[in-house]
Amino acid sequence: MTVADLKSIVESLLFISDAPLTLERLCAILEEYEAPDVKAAVARLRDDYADHGRGIRLAEVAGGYQLRSRPENADYIRRLIRGKSFKFSRSALETMAVIAYRQPITRAEVEYLRGVDTGGVLKTLLEKKMIRILGKKDIPGKPLIYGTTREFLEAFSLKDLASLPTLKDIQELAGAFGDAEQAELPLGEPAEAAAEP
Amino acid sequence: MPVDAVQERLFPETDPSVYTVRTESFEGPLDLLLYLIRKNEVDIYNIPIAAITRQYLEYLELMKELNLDIAGEFLVMASTLVQIKSRMLLPVQEEEETEEAEEDPRAELVKRLLEYQRYREASERLSECELLGREVFARKFASAELGEFKPVEAPPEVELFELIEAFRALLVKVPEASFHEVGAEGMTVADRINEILDLLRGKDAVTFERLFTVPLSRDYVIVTFLAILELCKLRMVKLLQANSFGVIWIAPTLLEGDSYEEESGDRGRP
Repeated sequence: MTVADLKSIVESLLFISDAPLTLERLCAILEEYEAPDVKAAVARLRDDYADHGRGIRLAEVAGGYQLRSRPENADYIRRLIRGKSFKFSRSALETMAVIAYRQPITRAEVEYLRGVDTGGVLKTLLEKKMIRILGKKDIPGKPLIYGTTREFLEAFSLKDLASLPTLKDIQELAGAFGDAEQAELPLGEPAEAAAEP
Repeated sequence: MPVDAVQERLFPETDPSVYTVRTESFEGPLDLLLYLIRKNEVDIYNIPIAAITRQYLEYLELMKELNLDIAGEFLVMASTLVQIKSRMLLPVQEEEETEEAEEDPRAELVKRLLEYQRYREASERLSECELLGREVFARKFASAELGEFKPVEAPPEVELFELIEAFRALLVKVPEASFHEVGAEGMTVADRINEILDLLRGKDAVTFERLFTVPLSRDYVIVTFLAILELCKLRMVKLLQANSFGVIWIAPTLLEGDSYEEESGDRGRP
């Protein structure tokens, strides 16, 4: 088998798969090949698509590889599938951002950070499988804790959680007041009740 | 006829700005505060609480006039602002220096605002990602070939009715006893639970039918059925079904977390 064959096999596999294929899975399927060769074939295939102005790109999302259409052609594809151009609402985006960066996180913590009730948004995001319940936090009341899903990574074309856009660091800015760093988020009532009588 | 034209004819002398209603909607009190801070071009570390509070309250008033529902959070923030303002009016007492009371009353609010702003920026950048189904598209189809071996990802959980239907179908298969049998099988629900758990060990899921392989007797079917119900009640197993009238799968719940990683694997191939 030649190198070109392996590349074409990888291409066929990616073409047929309806979800991102991880390198491990590719290697498991292509058991007669060495892992480095498979990896090289994926890289060459990706370059092929990139170099020749093709309408397909080999994207690295959610820890795997997937063939995706070129973003510039989105309008034409929408004509084909007659789909509405869907958009996440601002509250959904905010909630997902908070959860993505702070997971595992409870609803109360999300609400403290956003300053608003988030129950409805969480429900919608759970339904859309953008977030999932990771378990229960071991504090009184045993609140549910949430995290993002693989579908979330796929939807936002992210390779993994580490490739989320970096958060602007505010730690040193917040330190300008020189007050003691809070170890735990003070949940519930945000107003300081420590005022003197 | 355009509304503007009507308005102009009805109220020719009115200042058009009177009628401009800001339609921007705020995600919450923090959002509104950030907006006011930016609009007034004030330093977030040195918020003029009096001015900002006044504008904040004016905004709430406007929302009331527009008959908008004012969420409780907005009111909580209003009282927080007023409280901060009153605390700032209090003279700082010498004796309190040792305590934390010396802290700027605005500190906590500023911290929350900065934190919120940070996530809001993150959410804006998140929305700039290429969104699947908006900028980029990928193959998405329910392929029978790829999905046959396992329950599809996160299938709906089985309704009790479906379970009973499956149970009824099994009972029909049980041959009618033609004579009276003395003695019991000696099979208890607890025994059967252990058997089922053994069967499930190390597997992602087994089919409902798999649990009824031995020559069927009415007792056996009923005990097994009760065992499944008991396991469900204890949340030790989960019943899954990919489509209506499809195969019912029994999956141990403890494995759920890790088994999702390789959902598309072919380990379940019969």
